[in-house]
Amino acid sequence: MTEGILIGLKTALTFQNILMVMVGCFFGTIIGMLPGLGPMTAIALMIPITYGFEPATGLILMAGVYYGAVFGGSTSSILLNAPGVPGTVATSFDGYPMAQQGKAGKALAIAAWSSFAGGTFATFYLLFLAPSLSKVSLSFRSPDYFALMLLGLTAIAAFSSKGQFLKEIMMVVLGLMLASVGLDSLFDITRFTFNNMNLTDGISFVLVVMATFAMSEALTIILKRNDPSAVAKQVSLTELGSIKINKEERGQMLKTIPRNSIIGFIIGVLPGAGATIASFLAYGMERNFVSDKEKEKFGKGSVHGLAAPETANNAACSGAFVPLLTLGIPGSGTTAVMLGALLGFGIQPGPRLYITNPEIFWSVIMSMYIGMVILLILNLPLIPYIARILAVPKNFLIPLILFFSITGIYVMSFNNFDIYLMIGIAVIATFMRLYDFPMPPLILAFVLGGLMEENLRRSLLLSNGSWEFLWQRPLTASILTVTVLIVIWHIYKTLKANRLKSD
Amino acid sequence: MNINTTKVISLLFFVFSAFYLYTAYNIQVFSFDENAPFNAKTFPIYLGYAGMFFSGLKIILPEPNTIKINHKNLEYKKTAILVIIALIYGATILKVGYFLTTSLFLAFSYYALGERRWYLIFALSFPFVGAFMYLLHGVLEIYLRDPFLKTIGVMG
Repeated sequence: MTEGILIGLKTALTFQNILMVMVGCFFGTIIGMLPGLGPMTAIALMIPITYGFEPATGLILMAGVYYGAVFGGSTSSILLNAPGVPGTVATSFDGYPMAQQGKAGKALAIAAWSSFAGGTFATFYLLFLAPSLSKVSLSFRSPDYFALMLLGLTAIAAFSSKGQFLKEIMMVVLGLMLASVGLDSLFDITRFTFNNMNLTDGISFVLVVMATFAMSEALTIILKRNDPSAVAKQVSLTELGSIKINKEERGQMLKTIPRNSIIGFIIGVLPGAGATIASFLAYGMERNFVSDKEKEKFGKGSVHGLAAPETANNAACSGAFVPLLTLGIPGSGTTAVMLGALLGFGIQPGPRLYITNPEIFWSVIMSMYIGMVILLILNLPLIPYIARILAVPKNFLIPLILFFSITGIYVMSFNNFDIYLMIGIAVIATFMRLYDFPMPPLILAFVLGGLMEENLRRSLLLSNGSWEFLWQRPLTASILTVTVLIVIWHIYKTLKANRLKSD
Repeated sequence: MNINTTKVISLLFFVFSAFYLYTAYNIQVFSFDENAPFNAKTFPIYLGYAGMFFSGLKIILPEPNTIKINHKNLEYKKTAILVIIALIYGATILKVGYFLTTSLFLAFSYYALGERRWYLIFALSFPFVGAFMYLLHGVLEIYLRDPFLKTIGVMG
């Protein structure tokens, strides 16, 4: 392995490759910041450029873009509450409230350090655990995946900061319903399209995110423009605040980062799970780790609540490379795009990649770490400038958010039906938000809907339609037990809180 | 009479779930899949029942935290105007093209929100969209169909 690391370092530390990491991180950050243009789009845009380079250089450039775009996505989540990618949705839960309190600079600094630390830890895990972790991920079967997704959805519903479990679960169901629109992946049967050709491919994820987050956020700001409480929040948004992290906050981050880097990395390794589940699960788990006093701060600008998903989503990005590099199975949508690029280079990722192309395997791993360092050096000093976006008056900012949202959707399909659909979803989402129906559970359910159905289908077919698969395997049973315990714990807490209120 | 809006939304969700369930039952599957343990309508049927169950619970169970909104403080008019501008934008973008419709969309939106400084309205619409369009079309090579620019000979 030492020899491999040296090969990796030798390849990654050439002038050209360092330059590629820098360029990738910079452009990735800018593209990732634009709502609607996430890492997947950024990497897809880079593919034609990378074909002009050596495979290792091309992959290094893409890895830089990947990390840069993830960080950029966090920036738009924190500053605009407009996550361009699912992996940074959880970042907005506490990052955006922190920005509203006039601590945007601090929120961005916490995100930058957490991303860096999460990525650093994960790179070391990747370096030492990649071979054995690939075996663990192979042992996951469809029932385990189905159970894991149920756990993820239950966790996000149960860990709602406002304790409105039924509302959250309703949004989960709505998200799964939206995901079921379009052509069924196995049977090629159209569902819920009402003979509209535009719905045959289903509803785009970016469209739902843009509608429920960016666009509905913009409409909500206008709607509540004269609301005294909302006006107070908007005024504080124009203040950047310091980027310095104080001793107490550092202490909180030191506790949060290591445990969430492990959660993020393990989830990232599981094919199909990726940064989204990692960040949501980390957010939910972190809420359980902290004291009751800290729990109250979740959703209102908690340092734990911001550092946890940021650490986990970066750790998951590294973890997602394990199945890609060792099994040839992408761990996330973005690594799926990278798999396509690798195949374009004539490289077949898999267990033999170590032997046939060791310089690619190790240089990508080493360049990840270099990318983390460069991202930190590049982005921390730029935070005050990036955060200037907050100073833009609402008269201009709101139309610009609408513009980026609509353009993000338009350039994906060049179809005005998607614009109408997005406006419709945004109007409904704005109305529901007024009555505290949360959007994040809907988004997570929407992302997981297809995978969940696929794994349920496999499980039911393998067990001849019997639901025994839920407790036949110890792993499935354990995950489901945790899910049930979370629900019971939540019901107990709600009943207790109601009793206290009535007393 | 005081109507709890959360319950009304839950009732609407219940009706929506019932409609979803009805549509799910009517999904046409292949005859050989009709009795399979899992077919294209299995998952949607579960979802329909789940939606009805949870929204039903929300309607029945008492609501401890009633949300009160002062509708007088909400800017319905401006929000509706923005939505209408966006709908008009959607209706015209394919016929007129990206540049002109997007620029006008931005200019009208700034105006609708109360901005009256014309030089800023102009600077942050036409030149801004032009620069953004150059980034997409010229640098990133994302093709943007634009009949208006084609007519005046700016785009090929």
